[in-house]
Amino acid sequence: MKVLVAVKRVIDYNVKVRVKPDNSDVDLTNVKMAMNPFCEIAVEEAVRLKEKGVASEIVVVSIGPKTSQEQIRTALALGADRGLLIETDEKLESLTVAKLLKAVVEKEQPQLVLLGKQTIDSDNNQTGQMLGALTGMPQGTFASEVVVDGDKVNVTREVDGGLRTVGLTLPAIVTTDLRLNEPRYASLPNIMKAKRKPLDMTSPADLGVAMAATQTLLKVVPPAERQAGIKVADVAELVDKLKNEAKVI
Amino acid sequence: MSILVIAEHDNASLKGATLNTIAAAKAIGGDIDVLVAGAGCQAVADAAAAVAGVSKVLLADNAVYAHQLGEVMGDLVAELAKGYSHVLAAATTTGKDFLPRAAALLDVNMLSDVVEVVAADTFSRPIYAGNAIATYQTSDAIKVLTIRTTGFDAVEATGGSAAVEAVGFVSGYDKAVFVGEELAKSDRPELTAANIVISGGRGMQNGDNFAMLYNLADKLGAAVGASRAAVDAGFVPNDLQVGQTGKIVAPGLYIAVGISGAIQHLAGMKDSKVIVAINKDEEAPIFQVADYGLVADLFDVIPELEKLV
Repeated sequence: MKVLVAVKRVIDYNVKVRVKPDNSDVDLTNVKMAMNPFCEIAVEEAVRLKEKGVASEIVVVSIGPKTSQEQIRTALALGADRGLLIETDEKLESLTVAKLLKAVVEKEQPQLVLLGKQTIDSDNNQTGQMLGALTGMPQGTFASEVVVDGDKVNVTREVDGGLRTVGLTLPAIVTTDLRLNEPRYASLPNIMKAKRKPLDMTSPADLGVAMAATQTLLKVVPPAERQAGIKVADVAELVDKLKNEAKVI
Repeated sequence: MSILVIAEHDNASLKGATLNTIAAAKAIGGDIDVLVAGAGCQAVADAAAAVAGVSKVLLADNAVYAHQLGEVMGDLVAELAKGYSHVLAAATTTGKDFLPRAAALLDVNMLSDVVEVVAADTFSRPIYAGNAIATYQTSDAIKVLTIRTTGFDAVEATGGSAAVEAVGFVSGYDKAVFVGEELAKSDRPELTAANIVISGGRGMQNGDNFAMLYNLADKLGAAVGASRAAVDAGFVPNDLQVGQTGKIVAPGLYIAVGISGAIQHLAGMKDSKVIVAINKDEEAPIFQVADYGLVADLFDVIPELEKLV
């Protein structure tokens, strides 16, 4: 079966972001960018499904500026077969992303769509679910285990009280949680091979999707600063401070 | 304005998260209706009707909603939402699963993890793992929001007497079925609602050592949490994880034991009122946010602490 994986270029997860002095947004100039960690897990899962003989072809799609080609090439080096970049310089809301992905789903007809559960920049956790609604596909969100069995997929999900398993009829959508797998590193020969794999370019207009934004970003501020407190010498002093100064125990 | 709040529950009792979500609805202002969708959940509807400030409770009691699967809940919420200006659910794994689905069916965007209501169409939410707070104004006809429960103080669970009305709509979606679940059992308070949280990290070395934290927690009436490192190493189950990808907590006292304090962990606990860090590495970033820091071996500190409190 064909698997479609959506990946996003985001700020590297180790970078401490800075808010612009005019409070218009966070400052992303000269900041290290990378593939969103949850998307990496989605790519890894697709590659494992291919290695098991479940998946026959892996198509990677990204939506964003031209530089997002780097993240698609990374996915190709990890084992995806071909890439598709929907090029746009605009900052997109989840619904627009879901509409663009729906257009790709209609064209590619994948049996399984893998996405990360959230991106670490906007922290929305929406796109997979929205794509489910638009395509009518069932959704296995926050997946920590994916087992394809004929025309069904069983997805074990990480929920607040523990784990829950749902059975979905394919085609289906799965969004990945951190514990689904441990992504591999791309080897140098695979990185070289990835350069020859096909990477098509398209645009939102080509896909017939209107880019209507409904959310206006008014301002971005740093969170209330927390000052470092004091170091205590021993446990007795700690207990004394908690009881008599902070009065929390 | 009229607001629909979707209740968080387990078919037997109304979860505290619902009370925080209703508080956010109050901050918006307007009539507040609560939807209780489940199976055999009359008691939950009664509890919701007793919450102060609730105008009406909509009860969708049907076997198809027994496990509140995202697909059927999405259908139901989208069907009912049409008469409302705002639709709110708690930012739990249940709310995060069905609400974006409902929003897309309504052809509107949504805002996740709202921590502040600025105006009826303007809301603030953390982005970049809580390292920035963004304020958005939305022009969507129906404002769809998940509410970060730690951002709003719970409303009183009593004092109201709303009418309960049955909902006729039943989703016919059948491509997703519930197979089973494995829920962690605990007598300790719920992590997201506890007033004291004690979390262990990689420094705990193994799962057995968490017994020390459980003993201390029981003495303090606290909940136990963990860092991602402790979960990934298999010390504790994943539902204890505090952080960007786990649970967000803001207790009165947070005690971080053997946790270095990575950005992703801080995202889940830095709004706690008092933070205590116990770590033998003096340079650990957790000390930069801790009100009280103790540089010492946790294996000496925890038993002593248990004796003294």
